[in-house]
Amino acid sequence: MTAATLPPIEGKTTVNVPVEQAFQVFTASFGSWWPHAYHIGQAEVADVILEPHEGGRWYERGVDGSECDWGRVVAWEAPHRIVFTWQINGSWQFDPEPGHAGEIEVRFHADGPTQTTVEVEHRHFERLVDGQNIYGAIHGGGGWPALLDSYAHRVNDEPSTERA
Amino acid sequence: MGLLGDPTRCAIFELLARRPSSVQELADQLPISRPAVSQHLKVLRDGGLVVSQPEGTRRIYRLNPHGVAALRAWLEGVWDQALTDFHKAADQTAADNPFTGFATGHPAERPHPEQEQP
Repeated sequence: MTAATLPPIEGKTTVNVPVEQAFQVFTASFGSWWPHAYHIGQAEVADVILEPHEGGRWYERGVDGSECDWGRVVAWEAPHRIVFTWQINGSWQFDPEPGHAGEIEVRFHADGPTQTTVEVEHRHFERLVDGQNIYGAIHGGGGWPALLDSYAHRVNDEPSTERA
Repeated sequence: MGLLGDPTRCAIFELLARRPSSVQELADQLPISRPAVSQHLKVLRDGGLVVSQPEGTRRIYRLNPHGVAALRAWLEGVWDQALTDFHKAADQTAADNPFTGFATGHPAERPHPEQEQP
C-alpha cells in the first residue's frame, strides 16, 4: 500500500554541553527527556531504555514492570553517532522482521568545547507495513490514539507554549 | 518545518484523526474563520495527508487512508518536541552537574565548583 518512498524526518538541536555529555544524556538518560506521552505499552511509562551497544534493545518499561520493544541498536559509535531501528508496525506492536524496520540515525557534532549539534534522521518509512492499520489505529482502538489525544490536548490547550 | 509544524494545521489534523468532518464542523471547534480552515485544509490536501469527498452539498475531509504518510507527518511533531525536551535536559545537566570527563579520561579538565564559593 505504501510503495512510494517517503522522505526522512530530519531534526536538529544545538546544546551547550561537550559532545561526550550530549551523547551521554541522549543515550544513557533517554527516558529522562523523551516525552513520556509517546509510547505504545498499556501501562504508563516509567522509563525508556537504549542499551549502549550494537544489538542492544530500545524499549519502554511501564510503571507495572512490563516491557515493550521499540527497536534495536545497529550502530554505536560513542560519542559521535548511533543508529537504531524503529520496529513499531501498523498494528502498534514490535515487528521483529528487519526488512520492515525504519531507522533512526543520530549524529553528535562538537561545535566547540562546550557546544554540540545533535542531528536526528528518521528514515525508511516506506518499509513499515500495515499502513491501513496505522490509519485504523489513529482512528481508535490501538495504543497510540491515547498518545494522539494527549498531543492534541497539548496543541489545543497551549497553542504557543513550549512544554518542559 | 513540516506540514504539521503549524499549530492550527496540527489541530485540524488531530480533529480529522478522530472524525471525518466538513469545513464548517472544523471551524466550529477552532478559533479561526471558515476560510482560514479551508486554507489549512488545502495545504494538508496538497501534502497528501488529507483527502476529501463530496457528501450531499458538503465536502467531507478525512485523513489519507495511506496512513504511513500521515504517521510520518505526525511523528515529525513528536521528534520536534522530543528534541526540544532533549535540549532542555542536556543544558540542565550543564547547569546542575558540570561534566566530569566521562568517556574522555581527562579528570584534570573537570570544572571546579569550589571556585563558585565566596
